Amino acid sequence: MQITLPRIGTVAAWRQQVRKLAAAGIDPQAVIWSVGAAAPDLFATAAPAPGVATPLMLSLEAVDGIEMALLHSDPERFSRAHALVLRLSKREVRWGDRSDPLMRRLLDQQKAVGREIHKMHGFVRFREVSPPGANRRAFAAWFEPDHPVLEAAAPFFARRFGDMDWLIATPTLTARCEAGEMRIEETEARQPPPKDAAEELWRVYFASIFNPARLMVKAMKSHMPQKYWKNLPEADLIPDLIRSAETRVRAMHDPSAPAPETLPGGRMRKKLR
Amino acid sequence: MVQRTLPEKLSILADAAKYDASCASSGGERRGSRDGKGIGSTTGAGICHAWAPDGRCISLLKVLLTNFCIYDCAYCINRVSSRVERARFSVEEVVSLTLEFYRRNYIEGLFLSSGIIRSPDDTMSEMVRVARTLREREHFRGYIHLKTIPDAAPELIAEAGKWADRLSINVELPTETALTQLAPEKSVQTIHGAMAEVKARGEAAKDRTARGTRAPRFAPAGQSTQMIVGADPATDGEILRKSSHLYNRFALRRVYYSAFSPIPDASRMLPLIQPPLVREHRLYQADWLMRNYGFDATEIAPPTGMLDLQIDPKLAWALAHRALFPVDVNRAPREMLLRIPGIGPRSVERILKARRHRTLRYEDLLAIGCVLKHAEPFITLPGWSPRALPDDANLRARFAPAPEQLSLF
Repeated sequence: MQITLPRIGTVAAWRQQVRKLAAAGIDPQAVIWSVGAAAPDLFATAAPAPGVATPLMLSLEAVDGIEMALLHSDPERFSRAHALVLRLSKREVRWGDRSDPLMRRLLDQQKAVGREIHKMHGFVRFREVSPPGANRRAFAAWFEPDHPVLEAAAPFFARRFGDMDWLIATPTLTARCEAGEMRIEETEARQPPPKDAAEELWRVYFASIFNPARLMVKAMKSHMPQKYWKNLPEADLIPDLIRSAETRVRAMHDPSAPAPETLPGGRMRKKLR
Repeated sequence: MVQRTLPEKLSILADAAKYDASCASSGGERRGSRDGKGIGSTTGAGICHAWAPDGRCISLLKVLLTNFCIYDCAYCINRVSSRVERARFSVEEVVSLTLEFYRRNYIEGLFLSSGIIRSPDDTMSEMVRVARTLREREHFRGYIHLKTIPDAAPELIAEAGKWADRLSINVELPTETALTQLAPEKSVQTIHGAMAEVKARGEAAKDRTARGTRAPRFAPAGQSTQMIVGADPATDGEILRKSSHLYNRFALRRVYYSAFSPIPDASRMLPLIQPPLVREHRLYQADWLMRNYGFDATEIAPPTGMLDLQIDPKLAWALAHRALFPVDVNRAPREMLLRIPGIGPRSVERILKARRHRTLRYEDLLAIGCVLKHAEPFITLPGWSPRALPDDANLRARFAPAPEQLSLF
């Protein structure tokens, strides 16, 4: 049997379906899950014969964990979580028991999703798109997450940017908040908004706060993997900052060097004059 | 004086601020602006918005109000005798930069520090004005960290705490001798006095009076400090004792260690050699052991001693206390589990939880996330026995990096 979940509200729809499937006692292996418009399953048959209903009893911690893990991009996540829900309800496995391979896989995916949401909160970059004469300022961002986490990540932005309108577009879905009302919709324009003037100031800041005497490129890359760089306005400064670091440090050690030249960021400042 | 543009000022005053290690935006209260009447939120956990190639996170707009300074602290790039370029922000410029950066999701908030111009009170009141404008006029609910000037009047410190999430006062150097020598205008007494003031106000703000009224809000994310490492001859043992004292006496949230970094136009009183960054790293690890693992400063490093640069302090402690190992993972109390190399607080919690249900085996530790390469010689449980490993004279060599042959040229 094939179940196609909607792209918006995927997790809630999955939960509803699992309740029905459990009540009908349908074996998780008999279900093929997909999101959005799915290719028809060649072997799909009519609904399988109902079996023994399983009453679903899960701890809050387990529900939260599973719902988060379902935001992973792994196509197998729905059937894995479905099977796990039944096993948890029958007490065949304990929530959090990492010695169970299925449980462990789900916990790892939950962690990956949590990390992606956290990175999204940090790395989204808004650009101002206020229409002239509007009484609320408006901002827009383009972000490409590895996992479909937009719906889970968006409420953070609504709590934070209360007095402005904003939009975050990802390749599939867009979160839009206007006059304090947030909604999720399908993405129309798949492209970043145009640059705004404050971006140049941010780049000045990024270049100036860097200390060339403590170059640690590996640490930077582990926290800010390069896959995010293309949508960060400051990231294209990085190669040049790394390249010039050594010369700048050497200049600091030379007490005869004239002061302005020894100043880190000096070159950037000249360019700006 | 030449009139500088905003980008020029930003470049100079961010550059001058980068020797402050703290960039934390965590701790304190949770706020939001869902009501639409303001801008900003704090989650309690803190978010990093970028990383610079020095491996440090960028979470706050970290700038100086001005780098003009009447003090002459030898280690500081902004001391009066340094020939750096000088600039000064107006209050409005800092407010606007903070808000514009914040609206674009570049930052969690502001970390404002300043050189001392005219007098400590003058400077402090200008910094407070930035925070007040952000909070009262702009309804900014993001994070604010103010670097407090120890000699400023208590009323100014009180007002700073009203608007800021966190206050910090730098102890600068681990010993009084070094402070007197390198920072002639500063004194340990004044610094400690200001820290005590911040602590007392913070505690008062948490209390209610008998009638249930609350004292005014005061820096809910507490206070922190910074120590420069390697500019004076203090040992790691002295540094850790100083930190431990600061944590206990002034309830500090964090002590930051900043390896002395060669600065442009450095004072001749200072070494031009940078201490190895790994020393700073080991101090942070040791600090972590004091705050989260129940270690005492005296256990980690003797007063006259230095930390081992090649292996981490927890492993070093275990190697020095082999008689206490191997530890039976299925029976040992929490405090002892926390002392096993390769097993952190999160793993300890998982072990304790799993132990209630069944006996743990070696494979379980792998699944729990323990670093078994480090833990193996120090543990015993079904599926694993270290046999004679804990007594192996070469055990240290198992962890330390291979010795490097010196170059002849």
